[in-house]
Formats: sequence, structure tokens, C-alpha cells
Amino acid sequence: MTVLHSAPRYAPFDGVLETLSGALGADVISAREQHGEIVIHVVRERIVEVLRALRDTHEYQQLMDIAGADYPSRPERFEVVYCLLSLTKNHRLIVKVSTDEATPVPTATVLWPNAGWYEREVYDMYGVLFAGHPDLRRILTDYGFQGHPFRKDFPLTGYVELRYSEEDKRVVYEKVELAQDLRQFDFMSPWEGAEYVLPGDEKAGEGGKP
Amino acid sequence: MSLSLEQSPTTGDEVITNYTINFGPQHPAAHGVLRMVMELDGEIIERIDPHVGLLHRGTEKLIEHKTYLQALPYFDRLDYCSPLAMEHSYVLAIEKLLNIEVPLRAQYLRVLFAELTRICNHMLNLGSHVMDVGAMTPNLWLFEIREDCLNFFERASGARMHAAWFRPGGVHQDVPLKLLTDIADWLDTRLPQLFEDAMSLVVDNRIFKQRNVDIAVVSREDAIAWGFSGPMIRAAGIPWDLRKSQPYDVYDRMDFEIPVGTRSDCYDRFMVRVEEVRQSARIMKQCLAEMPEGPISSTDRKVVPPKRGEMKQSMEALIHHFKLYTEGFHVPAGEVYVATESPKGEFGVYLVSDGSNKPYRCKIRPTAFSHLQAMDFMSKGHMLPDATAILGAIDVVFGECDR
Repeated sequence: MTVLHSAPRYAPFDGVLETLSGALGADVISAREQHGEIVIHVVRERIVEVLRALRDTHEYQQLMDIAGADYPSRPERFEVVYCLLSLTKNHRLIVKVSTDEATPVPTATVLWPNAGWYEREVYDMYGVLFAGHPDLRRILTDYGFQGHPFRKDFPLTGYVELRYSEEDKRVVYEKVELAQDLRQFDFMSPWEGAEYVLPGDEKAGEGGKP
Repeated sequence: MSLSLEQSPTTGDEVITNYTINFGPQHPAAHGVLRMVMELDGEIIERIDPHVGLLHRGTEKLIEHKTYLQALPYFDRLDYCSPLAMEHSYVLAIEKLLNIEVPLRAQYLRVLFAELTRICNHMLNLGSHVMDVGAMTPNLWLFEIREDCLNFFERASGARMHAAWFRPGGVHQDVPLKLLTDIADWLDTRLPQLFEDAMSLVVDNRIFKQRNVDIAVVSREDAIAWGFSGPMIRAAGIPWDLRKSQPYDVYDRMDFEIPVGTRSDCYDRFMVRVEEVRQSARIMKQCLAEMPEGPISSTDRKVVPPKRGEMKQSMEALIHHFKLYTEGFHVPAGEVYVATESPKGEFGVYLVSDGSNKPYRCKIRPTAFSHLQAMDFMSKGHMLPDATAILGAIDVVFGECDR
């Protein structure tokens, strides 16, 4: 596919996918190149070894980010995505593992000190546990917050709201009460894959045209 | 050698053991709402535990509930000191997924305004860094320049700060010719005059140097391991700039230098930013000289809405307009990580699309996260007042750090 966009252009990926998937061997579950990104899905238990090999032998020196993502329909619903950068080869690489609520992911803090806060953030937002993390506290949410807000089943409005109470002279937490329902408009076109039955169209599927 | 009572840094009858103080959350030198729990031995910092998240608004969650176009203004509100640089990563991420071509004039306009944003951001950072270590006047002078920048943003987009001017496929509106000539005049006269005047007060100032030279020295290895980017990694002597190494838009046509530091201390970080302002002005001049005429956004009507005049004439344009502002456009399924050189460093967007009109996941990679995390290791062994200099040289803005 010809590249039309003007997003950052790095060194070409010729053969990188084959080299990496060959070198990592059985640790790779799947590897693909799509939209100009190399995405390698690896075995969760082997993530530290994989990242160490990528850092030390394949020159991906910097860990730029760790992102969490939630796919509730999958058996292992969470993905932990490591974005690596090679300063010498001028490449980027996305490495990911999947996990569920209970299974911890080995920590990357043994390789990069800045993984600490990124993993704390993933833990805070998704509840993914990291085995061996020295200080796995919440980071972005409030002190004493409950739940993991970026999970897809966590409502956008949250469960609690806080206000300053004049009677108690302190900030109090209360259950969220909305004066009107949160408006979530579904603008998906009904002609393109909407899941619901259109009003007046109930009989359409039964007996052909009226 | 063990520390005897006589040699202890405290006077009086008792030896005071380590004590803990709270820096922030409301502190003028904290550059926003940062709470740092500091463990001190006398005036020496033993340990810092930064508590971030006091400005967390759940931007990434909100974005998942908006269409691609509706999510754009959230990016202005991340790093509110450099709004257009934040939008840049996001629109490039969408364009990468869509693989849509952006007209040349739009690319030039984006680069022009991204560099204006860089100047605008550095004015705030340089000024407040100087003020954090005790000088008042340069900050006031630099705010003059910042005010000019904000006026230019207003003339281009209608908003001084939250421009929402970069759009997937180009920019929102074309700029008037008078604005471009005014920017050119400003680059030739007002900017160098005000900026060099202000810098002449600072760069060789004895007090400023005493507060910054050899403070928080970070080796190259540490800078790489801690995920530093932007002026922080360049001050460590690594000539790494995404505008040069991974050029986006028309940066590959621009002729500019990357300043690097030699000692990797707070003074170097400051001076790297000072030189970046001059280089940004140079890029802007090239943009103004080379900018071609032509459309300012893609003509792909499935992504970019038509002009209002066209809508009055054409039924098809009206339908496109309606569809784009209700349903929005669909982005092919996939995932990309796009990072640009924001004034503070690498600002990345990890965008996952499921093929619908809303992002499935939009992870924002803030620059401040890695840098602030290194605060503990950079401050260890320094004096309490140095913490403000280190923090000023990191250039944190909590809208972006906490998201």
C-alpha cells in the first residue's frame, strides 16, 4: 500500500519482522506489520526475557510507554502494550501480552526504571497486576478510590462524586446522582451494521417484502 | 567514618533525624498541582515521592465515548501550554490509520503553527524556570512574546489557547495573508529583540548559574534508561529530535539545527530550550517563504467536511456535512503509535480503532511521566531549593501528566 499520510517516517521495516520473530522464536504468539507498525504478541510469562532480548541484542533501548487496553469479549480480557523505540536503528516496535484480572504480568521495572509509573498506571486504570513491581500503588485516581475506571464495564460517570459540605466543613463523597441520564448518542448509521431492529421494521426479517 | 554528634548538620542538643515535608499540591513552583512528599536530612533531599493525578480527568475514557472529531478538543486541554503540538500527534495518528493525504499547504501551516506553539511553550517554561530560581523581570518580558503568540493563534483559529485547529486531513480554516505577513514581521523584529533582551539578563547571570549549573546531572545511559525525550535527552548530549530523525509533515524540507548539551545539568536544559526558540523561528521563516497556495485540507469528503459555500449549492455536500457532524467518519481497524516532538519531548498517541466512528482506545503518552518519575533519582543529594530548579528544567504541565 502506498503511503499517503504524513505521519512520522522512520527507517524502513525491511525484514525486521522476520528477523525479530525468528530471534524470539517460540515466545511469539503472533507478529504482524499493519498500518506501518510492527506488532508482536508474545507469551505473557516470557515478556521480561523478550524485552531484555529486544533491548540488549536488537537495540530497542527506550521504553516509551506501557498502555493497557480492555477487550471484555476475550477470555484474557486485558492487553498490556509496550511501545519501544530504537535510537540507533530509528525504529518503533509494539510488543504486547494479554492477561486477565487475576494473572499477574512479570514487571518490566527490572529492565527500565521508568516502567514503574507506567505499570502503576495500568494497574490503577485496569487492575492488571504486575509481579515483582516494587511499589504497585494507584497513581492517577484519588486517594482511596475503588474500582478500575478504564475498564469497559466501568461507567463514564463513575460511581461516586464529591462536594464540599458546609455542615460537615469537609469534602464528602456521595453516590453519583444525575439530574438526567447521561446522553450517549449512537450515531452509527442504521444502514451500516446497526445491531438493533429499526422501529416499524420488525417484520422485515420474517416474510420478505410486504 | 561515622557521623558524630559534633559533625552533624544540625545544631542544638538533639540530632534531628530525617523528616518529611509536603511540597505542594498548591505551590507556585510546582507548576500546577503536584504533591511531592520529600524526605529530608537537614536541607538535603533523601527521597522524593511525587504524587500525581490531582488533575486526572479521565481524558482517555472520555475520548472512547466521542467520535474522532469530537475527541480532538480534549487534546488542547492536555498540555494547555502547547495545545497545537498535542493535536498534532492525534491528527497524525488518525491520518496514519486512514492513510489519507494532506495537502502541502496544510502541512506547512501545521509546521508553522507547531513551531509557534513551541516558542509559546518555551516562553512560559523559560520564564517560570527563571522565576523559580529568583529572577522576576525576564518572565514578564517573555510573557510579552507569549501574548503575541496567543494573538496569532486567535487570528488563525478564533481561540487563544484551545485552538482545535488541526483536523484529520489538514487544518480547519485557511489563514489570512495579513496574518502570515504579520508573523514574518514579528519574527524579524519583535521576537529577537524581546527574547535576546530577556536572555541577556539570564544566561550569564551569576546567580542563575549558581542555581542551575551542575544541578541534577544525568548521564547519557540514565537518560536513555529513564525514557527521556525532547530537551531532556538533548541536554544529555544525545542529538535525538523526532523532527529530524522521524520527520512528519514537511519537517524533512526544513533546515534547522538540533542543539545539544554537554554537561546534562539544569543549565543545559535551559540553554537547549533557548536555542530551540531560535531554531523554531528559523523553521517558521522557511515555512513562510516556501508555503504554497492551494487547499488547506484533504478533499476526501468521507473524512473532511465540505465548505459552507459548497453546501449551499450541492446536495451531496450537504449530506456529507450532515453525516460527518453526526455520525463522524469511520477509521479502519488497527492500531498505531504515533509520536511527535512536542515542546516538552515525545508526545505519543497509541490509537486503537475497531473500525467504528469512535476510538476503541486512545492511550496518551505524556512527556512528563518519564521525566517526573526520574525526579527522585535526579534530586537525591541536592538541596531543597534545587528541587524547584530541577522541576522547572523538566518542564511539567499537569494537564498532560495527569490527563
